[in-house]
Amino acid sequence: MSHGSYHPILDPTKAPAFPSAVLPVLRNPQLRKNVAHAIDVIQAKRGKLVAEKTDWQELRTAGAAIRAHALENLGFYLEQFEERCTAAGGVVHWAADAAEARQIIVKLLREENASEVIKIKTMTSAEIQLNPFLESAGVRTYETDLAEIILQLGEDEPSHIVVPALHVNRSQVREIFSRTMGLKDLSDDPKELTNAVRTYLRRKFLDIPTAISGANFLVAETGSVVVVESEGNGRMCLTLPRTMITLAGIEKVLPRFQDLEVMLQVLARSATGERMNPYTSVWTGVKPGDGPQKFHVVLLDNGRSSILAKKTERQTLRCIRCAACMNACPVYRQTGGHAYGSVYPGPIGAILTPQLMELHHARSLPYASSLCGACYEVCPVKINIPEVLLELRSRVVNQGRDQAGRLFDPMYLGLRIASLIFSRAWLFHTAQFFGRVGLRFLRRKDGWIHSLPSIGGKWTQTRDLRGLPSQTFHGWWAARKRETK
Amino acid sequence: MRASLFITCYNDTLFPETGRAVVKLLERLGVELDFHPKQTCCGQMHANTGFRAEAFSQAKRLVQMYQDTDTVVIPSSSCVAMFRDQYPGLLEELGNEELRKQFTALLPRVYELSEFLVDKLKVEDVGAYFPHKVTYHASCHGLRALHLGDRPWRLMNKVRGMEQVALPNLDRCCGFGGTFSVKNAEVSSAMLAVKLQDIVGTGAEYCTALDNSCLMHLGGAMHRQYAGMKTIHLAEILASTEASPMEVPA
Repeated sequence: MSHGSYHPILDPTKAPAFPSAVLPVLRNPQLRKNVAHAIDVIQAKRGKLVAEKTDWQELRTAGAAIRAHALENLGFYLEQFEERCTAAGGVVHWAADAAEARQIIVKLLREENASEVIKIKTMTSAEIQLNPFLESAGVRTYETDLAEIILQLGEDEPSHIVVPALHVNRSQVREIFSRTMGLKDLSDDPKELTNAVRTYLRRKFLDIPTAISGANFLVAETGSVVVVESEGNGRMCLTLPRTMITLAGIEKVLPRFQDLEVMLQVLARSATGERMNPYTSVWTGVKPGDGPQKFHVVLLDNGRSSILAKKTERQTLRCIRCAACMNACPVYRQTGGHAYGSVYPGPIGAILTPQLMELHHARSLPYASSLCGACYEVCPVKINIPEVLLELRSRVVNQGRDQAGRLFDPMYLGLRIASLIFSRAWLFHTAQFFGRVGLRFLRRKDGWIHSLPSIGGKWTQTRDLRGLPSQTFHGWWAARKRETK
Repeated sequence: MRASLFITCYNDTLFPETGRAVVKLLERLGVELDFHPKQTCCGQMHANTGFRAEAFSQAKRLVQMYQDTDTVVIPSSSCVAMFRDQYPGLLEELGNEELRKQFTALLPRVYELSEFLVDKLKVEDVGAYFPHKVTYHASCHGLRALHLGDRPWRLMNKVRGMEQVALPNLDRCCGFGGTFSVKNAEVSSAMLAVKLQDIVGTGAEYCTALDNSCLMHLGGAMHRQYAGMKTIHLAEILASTEASPMEVPA
């Protein structure tokens, strides 16, 4: 779906930088209203349900500890998962990158002679851009998650990892369904819309014998895969098809089955503001006569090992994709998700995407934050997102330090000059003097500056700047000291 | 009691009246204030923009200036957060163990203004008089980095003549974010618009805070929009008395 003047591009190698990507969004009142409204509803629900948990901070600590332990021993737990999953009749595949994962999946589908596939909502498949790849390989993909159907039929892209169609409102959904399903008289009554989807989906569930899923968790101890959802479509995909292919990032592993006790509590409350999500499916290998008889797991690295190797950045991989950070983020509330140019938007996207791209792309994302800290405060596994943002900003700056062209970049030039100025009090005072004199020419009669040149113009496009006072504080202090002597 | 004032670079340059108010307030409360003439900046702008090497050199200067000082008072939450949250980690990363030790030894003696008043001086009633309608903006650094909690209100509740109006969505960022305000000027402005709606909606005459950085952003937009409101640092409210009211800035 085109939103006014833009069509979302969720490929970090092609997406425009964040400051330009936000412009069409900020000029789209309907989209901003949809996003802010949806966010406020989720936030209110989450706030209420977190407040009723007296041990919420302890749960967060436990969640962080479980995830950190899993990551510190990732090799061990992944091998254990592979061993136990294989013993239960599953087949485990390892994919170093997106291309390899896509090849593995296509090969598996060819073995099944599959020309169609049904999908449980998986953001990881969007990360590797699986759908367009499968379509070009002659396999039609059908999303079964309500939000994903809205996006697929509307030729749109997800803007949120838990509520992917958060930016679309009910009347827009009606329009999409009415147009693509040929239902002229469809109203925007939620019941009617759901019924339309039910009819659309039922045939797919009954006819298509191959399914693809993601995973919320992999349990090493038992070799199980866990998927949580709200609608039951995932459960359908897990019962009717003959073949199930699960795509999961290598970081999704939990050591023990018991760890789900903590993780499921924090996930549901953080994600949708529910005590428990409506459907939790856990499956282990294959069982004769029950569910898919062929089961494959594709474990995806795609840049994750390189994140794991870095001390500060490693915590990024603790993420359980609850989206609490984007719901709490004042930037996301204004921009929605598309501007992040990746399937992972918001604060977690701002740290995850550039790292998955090994900082070759998405370099503007670490700067897409006012560092307000709301994301860290709500994160159920205590990822210190501002800390990682700062680490990445430093790496972005260091990349640029070696490039000759950067010498005249206003940011590099300005901050280097500022650093010199701050290194000596007399230089600072001299700079203050010249600043005061220079800015006097820009001052209007009311004593304020309404327009600044160069990068300062970014400030004055929406704010005035009070003219610099004639005396600095240190100047006043020195004068006062002289008087009292 | 003796204390040394670290005024911060932008207060020194743009908001000297806040510094004068801190002096007036603390001297009235019997604090013997000192001001290190070599001070410039805390390094936050560089650290937050990714220029860590440049921030490190400030850490060295801060240690040199303040290692023998009993107490450092800073009327800016975000600069205090730079001291507490960023430098220890940055200095560890730099591998300069001596500097890191000196810096962490300094930290327990560094106070944000409201912390200094409530925790160190143990006063809440500073004898202030400010007969205006005021709303308080909790800056993100004060709220989530320093955990100032109810300290600002304990001080404000004792100000005579002042009517307080609660600001809705108190924990939502105003969109300043340092260099964010120019690097992502449009998003910053969108956040500002939402915040201003809340602030102006309170019907207050003044919006106060413990950070002039947020106030510069909010006040700049109020001026641009003829919003009929002004910003004022809390130090200036607390310094104001019946006998000697707040000075009106130029």
